[in-house]
Amino acid sequence: MAADAPAPAAPGGGTGRERNDGLWLTVIWLVLSIAGCLVVYFVWGPHLPPGGMSDSAASQQFDNRILGTVATPVVIGVLLYFGWALAFWRQKPGDETDAAPIHGNTRIAATWITVTAAIVLGLAVFGTYELIAPAGAGGGEGPQPIWKPNSSTILQVQVIGQQWAFTYRYPQFGGFETTQLELPAGQPVAFNVTSLDVIHDFWAIDLGVKADANPGVNNVAYTTPRHTGTFTVRCDELCGLWHGAMFDYGKVVSPAAFQAWARTTETRLASMTAALPPYSLTYDPTQISTLGKVPAELGLTGAGGGYYNPADPEQP
Amino acid sequence: MAIETQPESAQTPGGREPGPMPRQRPWWLRPAFHTAIIGAVIGYVFGHWLGNFIASGYQQGAKAGTNDFAIILGYVFGVIGWLAGLGVFNELFMQMTGRRVARSDEGLVGDLARYFRYSLDHKVVGIQYLVGMLVYFFTGGLFAMAIRTELLSPTYHVLSANAYLMVVGEHGTMMMMMMTSVIVGPLGNYLVPLMIGAKRVAFPRLEALSFWLTPCAYIILLSSVLFGGFPTGWTGYAPLSIQAGEGMDGYAVAFAIMGFSVILAGFNLICTIICYRAPGMRWSRLPMFVWAMLTTSFLFVLAVPVLIGGLYMLITDRTAQTAFYVNQLGGSNYLYEDLFWFFGHPEVYILALPGFGIVSEIIPVFTRKPLFGYKVAAAGMFGVAILSFFVWQHHLFDSGINPDMRPLFMLTTELISIPTGFIYLVAMGTFWKAKLRLTTPMLFAMGMYVNFLFGGISGVFLSDVPADVTAHGSFFVMAHFHYTIMGGLIFAFFGAVYYWLPKMMGIRLNQTLGKIHFWTMFIAFNSTFMPLFAVGELGQPRRVFEYARSLQTLNDWVSISAFCLGGSLLIFVFNFVMSTVVWRERETGNPWQARGLEWQVPSPPPPHNFERIPVVLAGPYEYGDPSALPVADLNPPAGVIAGALVGAGTESRSSAGTEA
Amino acid sequence: MSLRARVTTLLIAFVLVVGGAVFAVIEWITPQPQVEDYTPYASGGQVNVTLQTAAQTTVTDKPQWVTYFVMDPATHQWVHTTYFKVPPATRVNVTIDGYDGCTPLRNPVWGRVTGTIGGVEYVNGKPVSQLNSWSGCNIQHTFAIPELGINVPIASPTTLKQNKNLCSTSPCSPSSGPRQVVTFSFVTPAQGGTYRWQCFIPCGLAYLDGNGGPMATLGYMSGQMEVGA
Repeated sequence: MAADAPAPAAPGGGTGRERNDGLWLTVIWLVLSIAGCLVVYFVWGPHLPPGGMSDSAASQQFDNRILGTVATPVVIGVLLYFGWALAFWRQKPGDETDAAPIHGNTRIAATWITVTAAIVLGLAVFGTYELIAPAGAGGGEGPQPIWKPNSSTILQVQVIGQQWAFTYRYPQFGGFETTQLELPAGQPVAFNVTSLDVIHDFWAIDLGVKADANPGVNNVAYTTPRHTGTFTVRCDELCGLWHGAMFDYGKVVSPAAFQAWARTTETRLASMTAALPPYSLTYDPTQISTLGKVPAELGLTGAGGGYYNPADPEQP
Repeated sequence: MAIETQPESAQTPGGREPGPMPRQRPWWLRPAFHTAIIGAVIGYVFGHWLGNFIASGYQQGAKAGTNDFAIILGYVFGVIGWLAGLGVFNELFMQMTGRRVARSDEGLVGDLARYFRYSLDHKVVGIQYLVGMLVYFFTGGLFAMAIRTELLSPTYHVLSANAYLMVVGEHGTMMMMMMTSVIVGPLGNYLVPLMIGAKRVAFPRLEALSFWLTPCAYIILLSSVLFGGFPTGWTGYAPLSIQAGEGMDGYAVAFAIMGFSVILAGFNLICTIICYRAPGMRWSRLPMFVWAMLTTSFLFVLAVPVLIGGLYMLITDRTAQTAFYVNQLGGSNYLYEDLFWFFGHPEVYILALPGFGIVSEIIPVFTRKPLFGYKVAAAGMFGVAILSFFVWQHHLFDSGINPDMRPLFMLTTELISIPTGFIYLVAMGTFWKAKLRLTTPMLFAMGMYVNFLFGGISGVFLSDVPADVTAHGSFFVMAHFHYTIMGGLIFAFFGAVYYWLPKMMGIRLNQTLGKIHFWTMFIAFNSTFMPLFAVGELGQPRRVFEYARSLQTLNDWVSISAFCLGGSLLIFVFNFVMSTVVWRERETGNPWQARGLEWQVPSPPPPHNFERIPVVLAGPYEYGDPSALPVADLNPPAGVIAGALVGAGTESRSSAGTEA
Repeated sequence: MSLRARVTTLLIAFVLVVGGAVFAVIEWITPQPQVEDYTPYASGGQVNVTLQTAAQTTVTDKPQWVTYFVMDPATHQWVHTTYFKVPPATRVNVTIDGYDGCTPLRNPVWGRVTGTIGGVEYVNGKPVSQLNSWSGCNIQHTFAIPELGINVPIASPTTLKQNKNLCSTSPCSPSSGPRQVVTFSFVTPAQGGTYRWQCFIPCGLAYLDGNGGPMATLGYMSGQMEVGA
C-alpha cells in the first residue's frame, strides 16, 4: 500500500577504478561517426536515389547525401548509447537498490538544445537554398511559379492526368497530344501539370519531378534533363481503380532526335490535333461549347457524367 | 484550486449523493449491449427509409443506382438508436422531467455485465476501451496482411483492383482513425484519475459516451466493405471521394463519429487533469503520462473539429450536390486538403505524444533513477503539440499550393525536431549509469526509442522540400509513419499493456511470452519497414498494386517479414487471452516497485480508487533519493487537506511522515 | 467461472472470430469477375475474342450501369465479366458489338485508334482511324489497354433516332437495338502478365466527372486481359 521506501543509493558498484563512460562513449562515437559520415557521403552518396538524370534529380540526390551524412552521427550516437546502457548499465543480479538520483543537468540540457537547434536551423537554410537554386527542385510550384530556370528556351510540356492515364501536349509544336513523353537533353523543361477529373500526381521518378495534377489548376514544375535514357512516370496520388497501374515510360533523347520526333509527330497527328480543344493551361470538359448537333439533341452539354445538373446555376 | 476543497462525496458520478437503489429489473430489460443493437437496427431502418423518402425526387440517385442520403441517414439514426438503446439519454430525460437520477450498477466489482453497459466508472470504461482498441487494431492488422499478400507479385493480382483499394482504405482508416484513442482511451481514462489522486473523472458521461461511439465507428467503417469499400485511402481526398460509390459514406460518417468520440474524451481529460488533482499534486509533480494525456487532449479538441467540418462538407458534396471541393464550380480540392491536414498533422502527433508519455513513465521505474530533466520532458511535449498546428502544408509540398510558403513550412517542420530531441535527451539522461531492469515493458520502451529514432530521422528527409520531391507520396513516407506510429506508439502501447495490466486487471501477463513477443515483433518490424525506405526512394508510390519488377525481391522480403510481424502479434493475443482468461496469475500489489501514485492502491483499484483523497507529498520519479518522501499519504489525518491548502502544500510534508 | 467454462468460451470465441474472418475474405475481399479463357481456342497464332457493350446491366443489381460482356468461347453465351485470357505473342482479333449510344469523351485524344495492326479499326467492315466525339455522335465507349498503347474508340449509332431506341435488356442481340460492329487486331506481348483495360468515355452516369460507378468497378467498364499459356 505504501510508497516503496526509497533505498539509499548504492555507491558505484565496485572497488577499483571507475570506468569513465563519458570518455569511452565520446571516443567510440567520434570514431564511428567519422567513419560512418565518410562512408555515407563518399561511398553510398553517389548511388543514392533519384540519381543524376536531371538537375533536379541531382539536387535531390545531393540533399539526400547531406541529410544522410548529418543523420549518421545522430543515429550512431543514440544506438551506441542505448547499446552501451544494455551492455554496462544493467542491474547486477541480487542488487535491488536504486541508482544514483540525477534530476537533471542544466548545462547538458542547454548544450543539447543549442546543438539540435543549430543543426535544425542549418538544415532549414540549406533546404531553402537547395529549393530555390535548382528552380524549385522539381516540385510542382502551382500556377504562378516563383523559382524558374534561367533560360529563354524552356520547352513547354503539358501533362494531363485523367483516370487512368497521362497524356502529354507540346504547345510549341502545334499543341499535339500523345501518350509518349520525349524530352531533349540539356534544355530546361516546364511541365504544366493539370487534370481532367480527380487529383493525380505526375512523378517522373528518375528526373526527380513531382507535381500534383489538380482539376482546373495548372501546376508547373521545372527540370533540365542532363543525359539521354528512359525514365518511369507514375501516378503518385491515389486516383481510383487503376491508380496502381497508371504508369508509362518517358525518354530523354538528343536535341536533334527530339526535334525530329516532335516535327514528325506534329505532322502525323495534325488531324487529331485539329479535333482537340485549343491548348490552354486547364480544361473543363464538363461543359463543351463545340458539341455537335446530335449530342446536343440528346440533351448532352458536355462530358461531365451528369453529376451536377447543368441547369443549376453555378452562382445563384 | 477551489475544487479540492469540496467534500469527497461530491465526487460521486452525477454530481450528487446516489439515490436509493431502484427497482431491479431483469437483466434483459436493462439497457445494455443487446438493447443497443436493437436500437441501432431500428434506427438504421428508420434512417434508411427517411433517406429514401427525402431523396425520392432526386434524379441522380436513380441514374447512379445509389442513394447516399439513405445510407448516411441510416448510419446517423443507427448511431442515435444505438445510444438510446444503451440508455445514454435515460438520465437526461429523467433530469428533464424532474425525476431523481439513480444508478444501481456502480461499483459492482466482479460483475462482468457492467462491461457491456453504459458504465460511468472510469475503470470500466478503460477496460472497455482496451478490449475495443485491441479488436480494432487487430482488424486493421488483418487488412495489412492482405495488402502484403497482394504485393508479393508485381503484376499478378491476388486481390482485384477494387478489393485492393478497399483493403488499403480499410487498413489505413482503421489504423489512423480508430487508433486515435489507442492510449487515451484505455490508459488515459483508466490511469489519469489514479495518477492525480481523484476518485473519478470530471465528466463520466462524456467519457462513457466517447467509448460507446467507437463501436459505431468501427462497424460503420467495416460496413463500407458491403458497399464495395472506398477507393481513397484514409485521406479521402476530394474530388475522388465525391466520385466514389456508396462505400465512401461509411468512411465519412465513421470518421466523423470517431471525431466526436475523441473530442468528448479530450474535454473530459482536460477538465479532469486541471481540476481534479489531489492536494499536493502540483504541476511539477504531475506524472509525464498525465502531461502527455493533457497535450494530446488539447490536440483532440483543437484539431478534430476541423476534420468534422471537412467531412460534413464532403457529405453534402456527395448527397446534396454542393460543390465545396469541385474546382469547376467555385470550390477547391485544396480546401479539403487543407482542412484534412490541419487535422491530420496534429493527428499524427496525437499518435506520438501518448507514446512519449508512456516511455517517460516506464523508464524511471526500470532504470531506478529519477526522470532526467522533468521540465524538459514536459516542455518537449508542449513544444511538439503547439508546433504541430503550424506544419500541415508539408503534406502539400508538391500539390501546387503557394510555393513561397514552402521555406516557412520546411522550417516549422524541422523545428519539431527540437522538442522531439528533448524526449531523447530525457531518455538518455535517465539511462545514464542506471541499473536497468530488462522487464518486458522496459524492452518495449527501449524498442520505442530505437524505432522512433528512425521515424524521426526520416521525417527530416521529408521536411526538406527538395528531398521530399522524391520521397513524397512514396513508400518512404509510408515507412516513415509506420516507424513513428507503429514503431513508436504501438510499441509504447504494448509496453504499457505489460506494465499496467496488473494494475487494471490484477492479472500479470506472462513475462516469458512477453519477451518473445517483444523480440519477434522488434526484429520483424524493422525487417518489414526498413527496406520500405529504399523501396520508396526507388520509385514505388503508396497504394499501388503493380510495381517495377526490379523491386520484387525487396517487396517479397517485406511481405514475408510482415507475415512474421503478424505472427509475433499472435503471440501477444495468445498471451493476453491465456493470461487473462485461463491462467489468471494474480498480481495485486506493486510488481515493479514503482513510485507512481496509481501503484499505491491495490490492483485492481477499489470502486472509488482512494478511500480518501490522498495528499501528494513528492514527485513520482524520486528513485534512489534517500531524502525523498513517499509519493503520497493515502490516509491523511483529518484537517490535513485544509492545512495543505493553507500552507500551499509545502508544510503538509511534516504531517505525513508516519507513512511507510 | 470455472476453468473449463473459460476455455470453452475461449474456443467458441476463437471459432467465431476465425469463421467471421474467413467468411469476410471469401465473401467480400477475394472475389473477382470470372475469367473467360480463350487460350485453348487459339490456332495459327491467332485467337478471336468477342465483346459486347450494353447501355444497362439488367442481369445484376445495378441495372442502370453500362457494361461490357464477354462471349464465352465454348458456349457462345454472353457472360457478365471483363476478364479474359489470351496466349502470349498471339494476334488477337477482337470483335465488339456496340449497343450503346454516343457520349462525348472527356479527352478527345482517345478518339484516335492506336496500337492496333495497321493503326485502324473496322466499323461495320469499313476502316477508321479516328473519330471525333465532340463534333459528332459517333463514340459510345473505348477499349484501351494503356500499358500496350492500345486505344480503340467503339463507334456508336450516329442518328438521333437510333440513339433513342437503344437495346434495353442486356445482354443485347442484333434484334434488340441498333448496333455497330467494331473489329480490330493487335498482338499480345511475349511476356505474360495481367494487363488492365478500361474505357475512357465518362459513362458512369450521375457520378462526378462520369468516372465513378461502372467506370470504377471491375466487371463493368474495366477489366483485365491476362496473357499466359
